[in-house]
Amino acid sequence: MRKIAVLTMLAFCTAMMFSSLAFSARKTIIKIGINAPLTGDIPKVGEGSKYAAQMWLEDIEKAGGLEVGGKKYEVELVIEDNESKAESAVKANTKMITQDDVLAIVGPQSSKQAVPAGEVANKYKTVMISPWSTNPSTTLDRPYVFRGCFLDPFQGPVVANFITEEFGFTKAAVLYDVASDYPKGLAEVFKQAWEDKHGPGSVVAYESFTTKDTDFSSQLTKIVKSGAEVLFTPQYYNEVPLIVSQAKNLGWTGPIVGSDSWGSAETVELCGEDCYGLFFSSHYAAAGAKGATKAFIDRYEKTYGYIPDDVAALTWDALRLAQQAIQDAGKLTGKIEKDREAVRDALAQIKDFDGITGKMTFTEEGDPIKCAVIVRINHQGEYEFYGSSCP
Amino acid sequence: MEPLIESLNYILQNIINALQRGSFYAVISIGYSMVYGVLMLFNFAHGDIFMVGTYIGFGIATVLLATFSGLVPPPVIFLATVVITMFLASWIGVFVEVAGYRPLRQAPRASAAITGLMIGIIFETTILIMLGAKRLSFPPLMDTVNYHIGGIYITNVKAMIIIISLLLMLALHAFIQKTKWGMAMRAMSYDFLAVPLMGVSINIIAPLTFAVGAGLASVAGILYGQAYPILDPYMGVLLGWKAFVAAILGGRGSIKGAALAGYLLGFIEIFVATVFPSTLRDFIAYSIILVILTFRPRGFFGMEHSTKLRL
Repeated sequence: MRKIAVLTMLAFCTAMMFSSLAFSARKTIIKIGINAPLTGDIPKVGEGSKYAAQMWLEDIEKAGGLEVGGKKYEVELVIEDNESKAESAVKANTKMITQDDVLAIVGPQSSKQAVPAGEVANKYKTVMISPWSTNPSTTLDRPYVFRGCFLDPFQGPVVANFITEEFGFTKAAVLYDVASDYPKGLAEVFKQAWEDKHGPGSVVAYESFTTKDTDFSSQLTKIVKSGAEVLFTPQYYNEVPLIVSQAKNLGWTGPIVGSDSWGSAETVELCGEDCYGLFFSSHYAAAGAKGATKAFIDRYEKTYGYIPDDVAALTWDALRLAQQAIQDAGKLTGKIEKDREAVRDALAQIKDFDGITGKMTFTEEGDPIKCAVIVRINHQGEYEFYGSSCP
Repeated sequence: MEPLIESLNYILQNIINALQRGSFYAVISIGYSMVYGVLMLFNFAHGDIFMVGTYIGFGIATVLLATFSGLVPPPVIFLATVVITMFLASWIGVFVEVAGYRPLRQAPRASAAITGLMIGIIFETTILIMLGAKRLSFPPLMDTVNYHIGGIYITNVKAMIIIISLLLMLALHAFIQKTKWGMAMRAMSYDFLAVPLMGVSINIIAPLTFAVGAGLASVAGILYGQAYPILDPYMGVLLGWKAFVAAILGGRGSIKGAALAGYLLGFIEIFVATVFPSTLRDFIAYSIILVILTFRPRGFFGMEHSTKLRL
């Protein structure tokens, strides 16, 4: 009985797919899915993704559509909210792939959603580019999943090297969210890199908390007592201000260093002067940018009223990557499965893509080889370029 | 001598940390206990009433700071914020009772209990729709001064949180013990069938109880905004659950028990993270509470008759 039910369902789904496919082929529309956290824990990240996507769409519309194989296609964005939850991100991907027939998906942003959502995209053989997810599992053994940024195993050593060279410290403390993929993965990589450099036990305090905690006093008291010289905390913008101010109130005087999750425009807005002078590793620095990067920043600021963060810049690059892959695919047949495969193959072939966050070439895993930037929050609260590290 | 003093300082520092954390659990869990005393059910919207109270406090503080900053000394602004917020938030409490619980007073217990959950979700989404998902930063109502006393760090904000919470609970105690209204509430929790026959209307006492609970929660919200100044619409959920645990641990309907259990919960959370790896904090902390409840199912100060009633 169950088999029959499943078969009927499958037949029904296929029928649905073809019917809508025929529909979209007639109208020559290319649909691109955006899977972003518009509500939930990190809505600012979702807003940046949405705004960047809208800017990209504007450009396409200005050009009268996207030209593929000598034919102009109208482009439509399907923006789904993943509420910053893993299960909603999976649902959003499934919906966009099976119901909306998107050609490619950009997002989700954080690894917590990108890792499980990537599974779905790969299963349905649809290209997914996560602009911001730095956890290795996102693309591992998934030919259809790509990303627009470097990985945690790269970022961890970059931060460890930077602290060692800049300050000459040998004892570090780590505070991270054990319930979230990104901070947990990065904390582990950093610990490994630091101990490789300074010997076992040189991470003198390795403390954690769980998502939605607001009181870190016992962990921070432990960290202050441990004699650590620097605190590394790869957290998001809603936690960084609390960690920084509580650390200061408990007598912490050393530097606090973060990772690319600090890059949101809201970190400084919520943290204020407490965060001035701190460092983090990131994908790009807005202050002092040149060329196409500057043009993007200026246009974004003019339209939306604030300087775009790294998520917006990476989303922009991810969409332009998708655009180039679609164009490189040569010709769209109208059969969505075939087209998705062609787009994947074209994307994997892209060499030296000139993005606003740096030059990118994909490895076999779908990870770009690109440089990391060390950003300093200056005393005007801007994200300033401090140094860079290339693989 | 040196290491001894150092570890003594370490323990003292954590006691202060625990007192701050425990103050929030204590003041919020009292709200659960008071309502339980009168209506024999838990108001599961209480965590979200706390959240709404915090947002009201945020609004009042922002307006007052914008208008009177520099003209009036900061303590006056702080006091005005507390008073106005308490007044407005107690109406939220009344609203919850009248709109949510009163129509269901004769309904099965479970229906009345989930009402609170529904109202909580409605509050969360209302704030989400009104203000968006953007995080708000609670403005500081005073300049933080960090005192370093013999190896211990304490800010004026921390000291204020601990002291104001204690004062609030003492004031509540006096209200319940000394006033006519307090006496009516005590009588109601003793026998909610006979007391209405004596001319004390449940339709007055119940909203009053909700109002007092909401008022307390809103002050906790203002203090919370000073200690952890990032607001989001779901901030009340986790805190509400934990305060609910404290209310059960203290003994259903016992205000003294809820307050003490709130502090105990703060101490357990902080000291577990001090002794064990912090990854195991909640696992160990709540296992301890489970063990306590296994041996004292009534909680610390639960009255015999209140455990016989379900929920």
